[in-house]
Amino acid sequence: MKWVAAAVIAASLLLPPFLAGDFYINLGSQILIAAIFALSLNLLVGFGGMTSLGHASYLGVAAYISALLTSKYGYGHGAAACIAISGTVAMAGLFGLIALRATGLGFLMITLALSQVLWGLAYRMSDVTNGDNGIAGLTRPAPFGISLESAVAFYWFVLIIAVIAFLMMAIFVTSAFGASLKGVRDQPRRMAALGFNPWLIRWITFVYAGFWGAVAGLLYVYYHKYIHPSSLSTTSSAEALLGVIAGGSGTLGGPAVGAALVLLLKNYASAYIERWNMLLGLVFLFIVLVMPSGIVPGLERLTSRWRSP
Amino acid sequence: MQFWIIQGLNSLSLGGLLFLLSSGFSLIFGLMRLANLTHGAFFMLGTYFAAIALRSYSGLNIWVTALGAGIAVAAIGGLFERLVLTRLKTNPLGQVLVTLGMSFIISDACLMLWGGDSIPVPTPQNLQAPTRLFGFVFPTYRLVLVALAGAAAIVLYLLLERTRLGAMIRAGVDDGQMARAVGIPVSNLFTVVFCLGAGIAGAGGVLGGPILSAYPGLDADMLPLALIVVILGGIGSLLGAFIGSFIIGIIYTFGTALFPELAYIILFLPMIVVLAFRPQGLFGRVGA
Repeated sequence: MKWVAAAVIAASLLLPPFLAGDFYINLGSQILIAAIFALSLNLLVGFGGMTSLGHASYLGVAAYISALLTSKYGYGHGAAACIAISGTVAMAGLFGLIALRATGLGFLMITLALSQVLWGLAYRMSDVTNGDNGIAGLTRPAPFGISLESAVAFYWFVLIIAVIAFLMMAIFVTSAFGASLKGVRDQPRRMAALGFNPWLIRWITFVYAGFWGAVAGLLYVYYHKYIHPSSLSTTSSAEALLGVIAGGSGTLGGPAVGAALVLLLKNYASAYIERWNMLLGLVFLFIVLVMPSGIVPGLERLTSRWRSP
Repeated sequence: MQFWIIQGLNSLSLGGLLFLLSSGFSLIFGLMRLANLTHGAFFMLGTYFAAIALRSYSGLNIWVTALGAGIAVAAIGGLFERLVLTRLKTNPLGQVLVTLGMSFIISDACLMLWGGDSIPVPTPQNLQAPTRLFGFVFPTYRLVLVALAGAAAIVLYLLLERTRLGAMIRAGVDDGQMARAVGIPVSNLFTVVFCLGAGIAGAGGVLGGPILSAYPGLDADMLPLALIVVILGGIGSLLGAFIGSFIIGIIYTFGTALFPELAYIILFLPMIVVLAFRPQGLFGRVGA
């Protein structure tokens, strides 16, 4: 059964470039990017018990740094990517110092406030960020001289990074450190009594999640070749959080599935209606009220409720 | 000198508005352990309510509108609390997510109904003339606004400290389980406090209208300010919300006037300082 599942997943990741048209391949790239982003948020929400409503900060800031360096200051993509990632990780370190002064809802409020401040900054500092117009006309990198302009090439590029990201995050949570992280999530006092430093464990996780958020941000800006303050907005953080919770937080692959569903919903819904934010809000209400533990367990519960009475 | 005085008054009036927004947020958080992320949307609903009502009915004045909007938003908040939030009592994270979802729904509904352009809210006619005091000129409406926020603070203080209802709310904030055990209907208090907080935010939105005008994204502009106020002042403390509002009002107004590009970064500073030395906020209690 396990092998069948693995084969199905491998096929669904490897076959699209050979079978599907550009539209679907691009959709696949977007799904993979959203999946990396949701998985990184899941490190905090699912494994660390730290619900962040500001994760878009890392995606947006990395994307903005890369966009600014390549378009305005003439940096190459390699250098820009290194600076973007290290800058974003440094910011995550700083934000971690601030936000981890609190836990629970306090943590959530601080992350939300910090990310809203960045969003406001992206809008208002219009000499640097172009404000509401965003930064357009960006390029994709060409690693080892391979152009990523075509949908297929870009898909392979994103797929390789997504697989690396998934493995690195899987190793992170299944390692001894990951076990201590789960311990801190469930029993911070006992962990402290055992000689662990809960604060440091949380902080390291926060920074690590920020790192993968930054990677997702780079891919995001490479894909769109455009960046707008909305990538820093609460909506952007909330979409990722919805993916995590819908897919099942604290599971390894669930958030990737959830992120894919949110992205598909966004794509298909926006073909028919303009009201994505409203739909997102309604889906939030629905998921939390009807299937709070995620879609898969939720569906099982619904069907069993149907059958039993 | 005129610059400092005007900006000082602007700070105070923004502080007053922030108090109307954050006092309700703080009370709700204190009693229900719920970060109500719909609060900015409640404020925005009030502002739109004022913009539309005052434009459509010329005989209406802003005070009646504020009262009406307060009641209307309180009713919406009460319905939301009764129909949705009570189902999630055991799931604090779910509650926050639901309030976030609700804020998306409300702000998108406002965009759908009233479009993307900002709609000005007229200043009441009898307050349009500036007031002259000690040789300086003040915009009268802002003076009135500061006075109103002060009055609201006093009323809220008396409500919480001197009435039976206030005593029950304080008991619920301090120890919800014990309060239940001695027969205080804490669940009903939740609804009362949620309506009260939503209503104050809605009325605050109306009163802020002439200064801010109604535009999409007003909620996203106001909510972080309220969050920072509450983080700064201490969660669940009315005094903290009051002091925090004016601190943020001053910092934000002078920041925008003096360093327009950096105003948002300057907002970080008080938050960082307070969190570094007093994580529970200026007037918060440990464990609250």
